[in-house]
Amino acid sequence: MKVMAQMGMVMNLDKCIGCHTCSVTCKQAWTNRGGVEYVWFNNVETRPGQGYPRRYQDQERWKGGWVRNRRGRLSLKAGGRFRKLLTIFANPVLPNIRDYYEPWTYDYEVLTDAPLGDDFPAARPKSLLSGQPMDVEWSANWDDDLGGAPEHGPRDPIVERLRRESEEKVKFSFEQAFMFYLPRICEHCLNPSCVASCPSGAMYKRAEDGIVLVDQDQCRGWRMCVTGCPYKKVYFNHRTGKAEKCTFCYPRVEVGLPTVCSETCVGRLRYIGLFLYDADRVAAAASVADEKDLYAAQLDLLLDPHDPEVLAAARREGIPEDWLDAARRSPVYKLAKEYRVALPLHPEFRTMPMVWYVPPLSPVVDRLSETGHDGEDSGNLFGAIDALRIPIEYLAELFTAGDPAPVDAVLRKLAAMRSFMRDVTLGRELDDAVPAAVGMDVEQIMEMYRLLAIAKYDERYVIPTAHEGRAHELEELGCSLDVDGGPGMVAGSGPFGEASGRPAPVSVETFHALRDRQTTEGIADPERPGARIDLLNWDGRGRPDGLFPPRKESNR
Amino acid sequence: MTDQHAGRGAREDAGATDGPLADLLVRTGRFFTRRETSADLRADFRTGGREGDVFYRDRWSHDKVVRSTHGVNCTGSCSWKVYVKDGIITWETQQTDYPSVGPDSPEYEPRGCPRGAAFSWYTYSPTRIRHPYARGVLVEMYREAKQRLGDPVLAWADVVGDPERRRRYQLARGKGGHVRVTWAEAVEMVAAAHVHTIRAHGPDRIAGFSPIPAMSMVSHAAGSRFIELVGGAMTSFYDWYADLPVASPQVFGDQTDVPESGDWWNASYLLMWGSNVPVTRTPDAHWMAEARYKGQKVVVISPDYADNTKFADTWLPAQPGTDGALAMAMGHVILTEFFVRRRVPFFVDYVQRYTDLPFLVTLSERDGAYVPGKFLTAADLGDDSEGAAWKTVLIDGRTGTPVVPNGSLGFRYTDSGAGRWNLELGDVAPQLTLMDGESAEVLLPRFDALDGSGGVLRRGVPTRRVGGRLVTTVFDLMLAQYGVHRGGLPGTWPSGYDDAAEPCTPAWQQAITSVPAEQVVRIARELATNSEESGGKTMILMGAGICQWFHGDATYRAVLSLLLLTGAMGRNGGGWAHYVGQEKCRPVTGWATMAMATDWQRPPRQMIGTAYWYTHTDQWRYDGYRADALTSPLAEGHLAGMHTIDTLALSARLGWMPSYPQFDRNPLDVADEAVAAGTDIGEYVAGRLRDGELRFAIDDPDAPENWPRCLTLWRANLLGSSAKGDEYFLKHLLGTHNNLLAEQTPPDRRPRDVAWRDEEPPKGKLDMLLALDFRMTSSTLLADVVLPAATWYEKHDLNTTDMHPFVHAFTPAIDPPFETRTDFDAFHAIGRRFSELAGPHLGVRKDLVAVPLQHDTPGETAQPGGRVLDWRAGGVEPVPGRTMPNFVVVERDFGAVADKMAALGPLVDRLGVSTKAVTYHPDQEVSALAAQNGVMLGGAGDGRPAVDTDAKMAEAILALSATTNGRLAVQGFRQLERRTGTHLVDLAEGNEEKRISFADTQARPVPVVTSPEWSGSETGGRRYASFTVNVERSKPWHTLTGRMHFLLDHDWMHEFGETLPVFRAPLDMQRMFGETRPGDRGADGTSVTVRYLTPHSKWSIHSEYQDNLFMLSLSRGGPVVWMSQADADAIGVEDNDWVEAVNRNGVLVVRAVVSHRMPPGTVFVYHAQERVVNVPKSEATGRRGGIHNSATRILVKPTHVIGGYAQLSFAFNYLGPTGNQRDEITVIRRRGQEVEF
Repeated sequence: MKVMAQMGMVMNLDKCIGCHTCSVTCKQAWTNRGGVEYVWFNNVETRPGQGYPRRYQDQERWKGGWVRNRRGRLSLKAGGRFRKLLTIFANPVLPNIRDYYEPWTYDYEVLTDAPLGDDFPAARPKSLLSGQPMDVEWSANWDDDLGGAPEHGPRDPIVERLRRESEEKVKFSFEQAFMFYLPRICEHCLNPSCVASCPSGAMYKRAEDGIVLVDQDQCRGWRMCVTGCPYKKVYFNHRTGKAEKCTFCYPRVEVGLPTVCSETCVGRLRYIGLFLYDADRVAAAASVADEKDLYAAQLDLLLDPHDPEVLAAARREGIPEDWLDAARRSPVYKLAKEYRVALPLHPEFRTMPMVWYVPPLSPVVDRLSETGHDGEDSGNLFGAIDALRIPIEYLAELFTAGDPAPVDAVLRKLAAMRSFMRDVTLGRELDDAVPAAVGMDVEQIMEMYRLLAIAKYDERYVIPTAHEGRAHELEELGCSLDVDGGPGMVAGSGPFGEASGRPAPVSVETFHALRDRQTTEGIADPERPGARIDLLNWDGRGRPDGLFPPRKESNR
Repeated sequence: MTDQHAGRGAREDAGATDGPLADLLVRTGRFFTRRETSADLRADFRTGGREGDVFYRDRWSHDKVVRSTHGVNCTGSCSWKVYVKDGIITWETQQTDYPSVGPDSPEYEPRGCPRGAAFSWYTYSPTRIRHPYARGVLVEMYREAKQRLGDPVLAWADVVGDPERRRRYQLARGKGGHVRVTWAEAVEMVAAAHVHTIRAHGPDRIAGFSPIPAMSMVSHAAGSRFIELVGGAMTSFYDWYADLPVASPQVFGDQTDVPESGDWWNASYLLMWGSNVPVTRTPDAHWMAEARYKGQKVVVISPDYADNTKFADTWLPAQPGTDGALAMAMGHVILTEFFVRRRVPFFVDYVQRYTDLPFLVTLSERDGAYVPGKFLTAADLGDDSEGAAWKTVLIDGRTGTPVVPNGSLGFRYTDSGAGRWNLELGDVAPQLTLMDGESAEVLLPRFDALDGSGGVLRRGVPTRRVGGRLVTTVFDLMLAQYGVHRGGLPGTWPSGYDDAAEPCTPAWQQAITSVPAEQVVRIARELATNSEESGGKTMILMGAGICQWFHGDATYRAVLSLLLLTGAMGRNGGGWAHYVGQEKCRPVTGWATMAMATDWQRPPRQMIGTAYWYTHTDQWRYDGYRADALTSPLAEGHLAGMHTIDTLALSARLGWMPSYPQFDRNPLDVADEAVAAGTDIGEYVAGRLRDGELRFAIDDPDAPENWPRCLTLWRANLLGSSAKGDEYFLKHLLGTHNNLLAEQTPPDRRPRDVAWRDEEPPKGKLDMLLALDFRMTSSTLLADVVLPAATWYEKHDLNTTDMHPFVHAFTPAIDPPFETRTDFDAFHAIGRRFSELAGPHLGVRKDLVAVPLQHDTPGETAQPGGRVLDWRAGGVEPVPGRTMPNFVVVERDFGAVADKMAALGPLVDRLGVSTKAVTYHPDQEVSALAAQNGVMLGGAGDGRPAVDTDAKMAEAILALSATTNGRLAVQGFRQLERRTGTHLVDLAEGNEEKRISFADTQARPVPVVTSPEWSGSETGGRRYASFTVNVERSKPWHTLTGRMHFLLDHDWMHEFGETLPVFRAPLDMQRMFGETRPGDRGADGTSVTVRYLTPHSKWSIHSEYQDNLFMLSLSRGGPVVWMSQADADAIGVEDNDWVEAVNRNGVLVVRAVVSHRMPPGTVFVYHAQERVVNVPKSEATGRRGGIHNSATRILVKPTHVIGGYAQLSFAFNYLGPTGNQRDEITVIRRRGQEVEF
C-alpha cells in the first residue's frame, strides 16, 4: 500500500441551479486573457445536450482516455507513447475551434463614436480570431436550458447511445421535457491520461495533493494532452502556444481557501476535501475488465482515514498529521465512500476521475402526479423514483458506465432522507424503517442531511494548508523587457518558431496584456503585431506557413 | 492486498501501460527529469521545481480587496470582494462573511450570480462612457446662441424656442452624432435647461426617473434630492415596472412586505408560482433546494419547463395568464373540504381574527336579486361619532348582536381611537356565516369567456337585517363566489368537482389552464393539510409570471386567498413571498428624507410613472377600446363612455392619484395669483378649478403648455428596458424616428372629458433628455446630454434588500477613472451651476403643489364608502383634501438649491421624520451628525450637518432610520403603542445603544433592528417574515377593517366585478385592438400569432449585462426569441434563424431559440434585450429592430387609480397603475437570413 493524498471535489447536482457563476468567476480569475478567450476551465452544461466542446464524450471521435488492451493493460485511446513520439508532428485528434466556439466581441465603440446617421447605431459581432464581422452560431453554452435541443439534443452522445437501444428513450417533447446541469472542471484524475500523453514531460500530478498541472516552462505545445483528456479539460493557449488547464486553484488551496468555483457557488453544492488512496492499486483498478465494475473499483481505492493501518502507512509516506485529520473530516470522502451518494463522471474512461457528482432528483411525470406519486410520503416513497422525469439510464451513462443500480440507490437515499426529515420537521413520530430501507441508520441519515442541506462553509470545505514555504521560488523569472509589445518580444518568437527559445514568462506577458486590455480605449486589434491569431482558428488541416517549426526530414 | 504493500521496487516490471517499448521510453525519461513516475509508469508526480507554474500564483496575487456590491436593477444585495492589482480592478468574487443564521440552518454565503460576477468587465470595457457627451447639433446651436446672447439660460431658451432648431436636434436623437464636451459645458446646458423650464413652463415640467433606491440609496437620493428641491417630480418605478402587486395594497394595505429568503427554509410546503427562482433569485435559490432535504415539498406552476421546474416534486404547466382560474379552483377545494365539510379550528380562528371574512356587507337589490354593496359601518347603525363611517361591523357569535370591533380605520386617526387601534377581540367571537337565517339570491360576475367578457352567476347567501339593511358576511359571499354549495341556499351551484360548466370547480379550471382537475384537487388538499399540520408553514413564492398581467391583481388576490384561508400569513415559513422588483430600503426613513428633500421642504412631488408615460408618450391616443370595455355585466355604469385617460383625469381631480404637470399653467404663477388674491389658498385654487379658469394639465395633455420638458435618467435605462411602448416614447416624447405601426383610436371611442387635439399627436415633447450612466444604452443613445458615471466599484453607498436582513456598503476599489464621476458628485455639480444661474433668473418663488390624498395619513379617510363623487359633475363641492387634492404652497429659493443639497435641513428637528404614520424625532441624531460630519458654513445650510459627500449622506441615512438606529426604533414603537394600546416596544428594547454606522457596514454586513417601519420581527435573531407583528401583537393591517381583505367595496371595484377574488382571463387583443388570434397562421402560412411574454433573463439583470461579453459568450450573443418546436415548424424556422416579431406597437429582429421546453403558442423574448448589440435592420420597416418593449405598450387598469379610500389611497410606489405588458401577442415570421446592420 502506498498511501497518497488527493484533493477531491463533490458536486451535488441535485442542488445545481445552472447559474454559471462558477464559470464566470473562474474565467475572470484565470482565463480572461488573450489566447484563452474560448477557454472555460469551469463550464456548466445543460443535459441532455452536447456539452463543451461539442460531443466531448464521444471517444470514438476524440480518442481521449484509456482503453484496456488485449493484454489487459491500459493503453491510451489515442495510441501509446511510442506511437505518439513517432507521430509527434502529425495532427493530433483535436476539437477545432468550432467544436469549442469561435470567440467574438462587438464593435462597441460605434455606440459612442458613430457620427450622426439615420438610425440607431448597433454593435455587431466580430471574431476575436479574425477581427472580421461574424455570425454567432455556437457559444460556450449554446444549448443552455435546452435551447435548440430538438435540433442539437439528438447528437448528445448519451442520447445517441440510449436511442440505439430504444427510439423511445429520450424524446424532445414538451410533455417529456427534463433537464439538469452538469458543472465540469478538470477531474484531477488518479490515472490522468493527459499526463501520460505529454511528450515533453510538462504535465504532472502533484505528489502531495494530486492536483494535475501543466508546467508552463516545459510545455512545448504538442497538444497531445488535449487529445488525451477524455473530458477535454486541457486547452491550448494559442497565444503562448502552451497547454493550460484548471489548476484546482492551487494558489488558494495551498493556503486553505477553496477553489474560486467552489467558494462562489451560490447553489452551495460543491465540497472539497481529501481522499487517501492506494497509489499501488490504481492501475489494477483502472484495468478491470468490465466497465460497469469501474465505479466499484474506484471506490475501493479510497482508503478509510480512520483505519489505523492506513494511517500508519500514510505516516510512512510522510503525510502530515493535519492532513490526516482533514482526511478524517473530509466531506468528499463521506459523500463518495461513506454515504455512497456521489458518483464519478464517466468511469469508463478509466482515468479514475476525482470530481464526484450526486445525481439529481426531478419532478415526477405529469400523469403520475395526477394520482399522487411523491417522495415525501413514505407510503409511496420509492415508487416515485421510477417515475422521475430524468431517465435513470441517462444518469447511469454519465456516472456508472451504464449500470443503473448505483444511481437508483443514490436517488432512493435522497428520497428517504427527505421523507424522514419531513417527519422530523413536522414533529411526527419517526420511522426508522425509512433510513433502514436504504441501508442507513438514523444517525447517518441525519449527518448526511446536515452535510447536504445545512452545508456550513467549514463543513463544505475541509482543506489543509500546504506545508512547504517556498516564497523564494516565487520570484519572477526573465527580463522585464521581455513583455508583450516590449523590445524583448517578437511576434513568432524564437529562432525556430513558436516552441523554441526560452519561454517568455507568461505571467509577465499576460499581466501586461491584461493591463493593456483593461486600459486601452480600443479593442484588441487583430492586425497588431503580437496579437497572433494562428493556432486557435487552425482546424488541424494543412500546415500554414510559419505556424510550426520546419519539418526535419529525419522526423518523417 | 499484501503484495501490493511491497512497494515500488517489486512492481518495476509490472508496468500498467501500453507495452514494453513504451515502458522503456518512459523509464528513460525519468533519468532526465526531476520527478517521480508512478511505479506502473502511468503518471508523473512531481514535488518542487514548479517555477513554470508561478504564473498562476502571480495571477492570483493582488494589492487589496474591497467590499462593494451592485447598485441598481438587481435586488439581490450581495456583498462582493473586488480585487485590485496595481490600481486596476481585476475581478470579483463573493463575500462569505454574512452573520450566521444559526446552527441548524444554511447560511447566506455566498450570495451572487454570474451577472454580478461579470460586472468588472464594464470598468474598462469599450462600452464604458469615459467622458461627457452631448448631441452635436444641439451643442453647435447652443454655443452659437450663447455667444450671441451671452447667457446660458437665454441661449437655451433661444434654441428650444425656435421650432425649427428644436426639431432638428430632436430628430437626431438616437442616431449617433454625440460629441465630447467638457463637464463644465455639459453641466451648464443641463442647468440652463432646468432654469429655463422652471421659468417658462413651471418646475412640475421637470421629471426624474431612477428606480430601486434600496440598492444604492445615496446614488438615488443625490439626484432625487436635486429634482425635488427644484420642484420637479420623481416618477414611480415599482408600479411602472408592473412589479408592484396591486393586490398587496388591496389586501394588506401595505406596499409589499415579504420574507427574507432564509425564511423559505422554514416552510414545509412551497409553491413557486410564476417565479423562476434559480434565474431571478439566483443567490437565494439554494434555500429552496436545501429546504427540500428538510422534507419540504415543492410545487412549480409555470407554463414552460423552467429552470425551477427541475426542483419540483410536481409541476403544473398552466397556460400563460390562466393562473387565476387554477387558484380559484384550489380555493374551491379548500373552502369545500376545510371550511364546510370539515371546519378546521385552526383556520376558522385565524380568519376570524385576521381577515375581513366575518364582517358584514350590505346587499343591494338588482333585477330581482341582490348584489354586494358596501361594508356595514357604525355610521349605518346610527353612530355619528368621529370615524364612525370607517368602523366596520360584525356579528358576535356568542350574543348574536352586531358589534364594532377595535382595529378598523375609524380607530386609527381619531382621538377616541387612541389605544384601540388593535385586533384584540375581548369576549367577542366573530361569526363567519349567517347560515341559520334568511337567504337571498346574489348576482356575481364571471369572466371566463374566451374574449374576457363578463357573465353573471346566480348564487345564494344567507342574510340578516341589521340597522335596517340586508346584510351578509364576506365569508358567505366568498362561498358563493367560489361556488361552494351549502344546503338550502338559492341559486345555481356546481354539482361537484367534475362540473366543468360552473366556476370555480377543478374541472372548470382544467378547460382554462389545461392542468388536470385531479392534480389541482390533490395539490389544494396537500397545501391545506400541510398548513393545518404545520401551523401555517405553507409558502408561495410568486412573481412576474403571474403579476405582470393586466389582471395580475385579480390573479394575486386569488392566490393570496389560499394563504389567508389556511392561516399562513404572518408566519415564519408561511405566507406570500412576492419576488419581482421588490426591494426593501430598510433604512427607509433616512433615505426618504434625503431623497425627497423633506428636511428642507414638504410635500415632494411624486408621480405615478405608468400614468405619466401613458399620457406623455400619447399611448392613450392609440387605445382601441373604452374604459368600460372591461367592466362587469353588473356594473352600474360609472365608467360608461369614458376613455382610459378620462379615468386618469378623474383620478387627478378627485385627489386620488397625483398628476404632473399639474395645471395648464406655471404653478409659480398660480401661487402668485393665489397669494395676491388674499384668500385661503386652497379655496382660491378650488374656485378657479371649478370655474374652469384653471384646468388640470391632464385634461389636455397634448397642449404644448402641458408637456413635460426636462427628463433626467440615472441608475436607469428607461428607453432600453422598462419603456412599455418604446416606439411611442420615440415618436411622441422624443420626436425621433420609430417603428410604430399603430392606428389611432377611432372617433367613436375617443375621450369623453380629455381634449383630443389635432389629427397627429405632437412629436417631441421633451426639450432635454439627460442620462447618467457608465455604459452606452438605448437611453444614452437617445439622450441630449450624457454624463459619464462612476460604477458601483468606484463610490460609497448603501445597499439593503428584503431577501436578507443585512445592510452593507459600497466602497470604492479605485477612484472614478477617465472623466467619470459618482452620481452624487455629478448632481452636486449640476446643482451648483443651477443655483448660480437660477439665483438671478428665478430668485425666490412660491410654488403651488397639488398633492393627492395619501395612504397612512388621515387623507385616506376623505371619501367614505368609496363612493365616487365628481365635483365637476356637480352634486358635491370641490373641497381641497376632501373631494379633490390638497393644495400647498412651497417656497423655493432657487439660488440656494446647491447649499440645501449639501446640508441636512431644519425640518428634521422641527417636524420630525415620518414613515407609515409613525413620526420619529431624531434630535440627538442631528447633533451627533453635526459633530461627526461637521457643519456647512455660510449660505442656506449654514450651521447644519454636512451631507456634502456620499459617505456623509450614507451616515445620515443610517442615523435617521429606526432599522439602523435602535433609539429611534424604541421611540417609534412607544408612539405606536399609544395608538394600539398593545405591547410592542419590547421588539426593539435593548437596542437603544445600537447605532449602525457607515463604517460598520463597510466592515461586514450588519443585521438591522426590528422597527415600526416594517411589519415583521427580527427580534432575537429570527428570520424576517412579513406581518408577524400583526399576527402576534394584534397590530392592525393598514386597511379599512384593519384586517386582511378578501372584499373591496369601492364603487369602481364593483364596476370591474372585482369585489371578491375572481378569475379574469388575459386580455383579448383581437377584441381590443383587432390583432390576429394566437395560433393564427396568416394567409400565406409564413407567420404565426403567438403570446408574447417577456420574462426575466438568465443572462442579464434587466438591460444590464445583456451587453456584457461574458454573458453574451455564455448565451446566444444577442437578442433571441424562445419558441416551441411546433411554432418554429409552422413557419419553417430552425434554431438560430433570424426572425421578426411584428405587431402594431413595433418590430423586433431577433434570432430564434427553438426548444421543446416551450409550450406551443407562446414565445419568450427575455426582458430587456435592447437594440445596442447584434440587432440588424428589420425587413418590415427598414429600420433598426426594437427592444423587447417595442412590441408592447401601456394598458392602464382603471381600478389601479382609485384613491382617497382607506388602503386604496396613493403613496409613492405603493399604489398606482401598473405598466403591465404580458397580455400582448405578436406575429412572428422567418425573415431573410442575410441581415444588414
